[in-house]
Amino acid sequence: MVVMGGKEIIQLDDVNFYYGECRALSNISMKFVKNKVTALIGPSGCGKSTLLRVLNRMNDLIDGTKVEGKIFFEGKNIYAPDVDPVEIRRKIGMVFQKPNPFPKTIYNNISYGPKLAGLGVEDMDTLVEQSLRQAVLWDEVKNILNKSAMNLSGGQQQRLCIARALAMKPDVLLMDEPTSALDPISTAKIEELIEALKKDYTIIIVTHNMQQAARISDETAFFYMGNLIEYNKTEKIFTNPDMKQTEDYITGRFG
Amino acid sequence: MKWRYFKQSVFFSLVRASALIITLALGGIIFYIFYNGYSVISWDFITKPPTDSMTKGGIMPAIIGTIYLTLGAIAIGLPLGIASAVYLTEYARQGKVVRAIKIGINCLAGVPSVVFGLFGLGFFVIFLKFGSSILAGSLTLGFLILPTIIGASEEALKSVPQTFREASLSLGVSKWQTTYRIVLPNALPGILTGSILGIGRAAGETAPIMFTAAAFFTSKLPGSVFDEVMALPYHVYVLSTAGTNIEATRPIQFGTVLVLVAVVLGIDLIAIIIRGYMRRNKRW
Repeated sequence: MVVMGGKEIIQLDDVNFYYGECRALSNISMKFVKNKVTALIGPSGCGKSTLLRVLNRMNDLIDGTKVEGKIFFEGKNIYAPDVDPVEIRRKIGMVFQKPNPFPKTIYNNISYGPKLAGLGVEDMDTLVEQSLRQAVLWDEVKNILNKSAMNLSGGQQQRLCIARALAMKPDVLLMDEPTSALDPISTAKIEELIEALKKDYTIIIVTHNMQQAARISDETAFFYMGNLIEYNKTEKIFTNPDMKQTEDYITGRFG
Repeated sequence: MKWRYFKQSVFFSLVRASALIITLALGGIIFYIFYNGYSVISWDFITKPPTDSMTKGGIMPAIIGTIYLTLGAIAIGLPLGIASAVYLTEYARQGKVVRAIKIGINCLAGVPSVVFGLFGLGFFVIFLKFGSSILAGSLTLGFLILPTIIGASEEALKSVPQTFREASLSLGVSKWQTTYRIVLPNALPGILTGSILGIGRAAGETAPIMFTAAAFFTSKLPGSVFDEVMALPYHVYVLSTAGTNIEATRPIQFGTVLVLVAVVLGIDLIAIIIRGYMRRNKRW
């Protein structure tokens, strides 16, 4: 097991994951550190997105999948039989590869989660403003809150999705290649945003973009064929990796 | 080169001709009905009951009866059909059982309507003692249109992007709330489109209501769902096969058919307006 400095928030203990007969994750043991940005990198099909979706039990939704091992979130195994996955997802938010706002107004996109989760929000207007400000979208949309979110640009939609996740006040934010569908300017905005969010949130981000991982993350984990090959400080991974496979991938010799 | 263009133009002509034939057939039917039936259409025809052994007078009780039966069939078929489709697409584990249920539903769609009529007679009218009534007829028609509604609803539910479900669930919103708040509202326009077909079928069928709801003649309007009613398709059937003077009532038969078409289009129009209202936010 790789041990990182800092207080851990999520800990994986010998986790295996199967799609039917096919093993997508093998014996993963690792810890995610609170208030850090951790990047998961590796070639397509290496299991990094699967790992992300195991952390908030989104893979429960796919028939025929199976998880072995334990995943502790703040000390509690989230795969214990008495755990409600809905509760887990309230604390561990997610941002997807493609922006996926609801076909509702901007305001209702944000208020949807807190309202239905019964968080008992007294002042929804403030929460909506707060969330949009956190996602650095407020100034662009403050006058069109009642317009459909579908009218926003791709980059704005993605920041709206981040704001929507933040409105639930999660502890952890999982991001699955959040900028892969965006142009460089929108990407830069989201990267700045991630930098700012790490004060309050733990962020785990899957990315195919090596520079992005190097720029924004504190820790980096390299996966290959469902195995965790190397997990260390981002600086170390990108300057002097221990494993040959990691070096080959980062320098573009395979992948 | 030229040969290829020739083949293309032949093929285009063929598909164009097919479209034209369909349009002509539809136009022909409507024109024929209108031409033969418009002479009897009057205010009295749609607001007065039949007189003189149904050779004169209006068809008001049959119009009311058909509207009641159709609305009853929708009231029964739509919620049941949508609920079944939600179960099949959102909740049930995809596998042998679901496949068997789907095959069963498709078989149901192929069952002749007279079989539904006999089932309605045996089960609703006699066993459940509803008698020949609006309730028994609506239930029978509701079951008749169930496969159409389930099929349309399934397609509509499947067309709601998976990303909407994921987004909602990832926020810690429960599966039921996701279905109710996100999936269903986005599927409703599609569900209504398919259901319009069912509405037309429910309004136009004769066999299912023959034994379960339709009266040969009654001048009074139904007082409760346990009353018999006249119905437009059955009225046409009666006039053209068992009426007291079949030849003389031809214009009334065509007039009745014309009104039936108008009633079906009227109900469809309401559904289309509701759908248009719901679709105004759809953009994906």
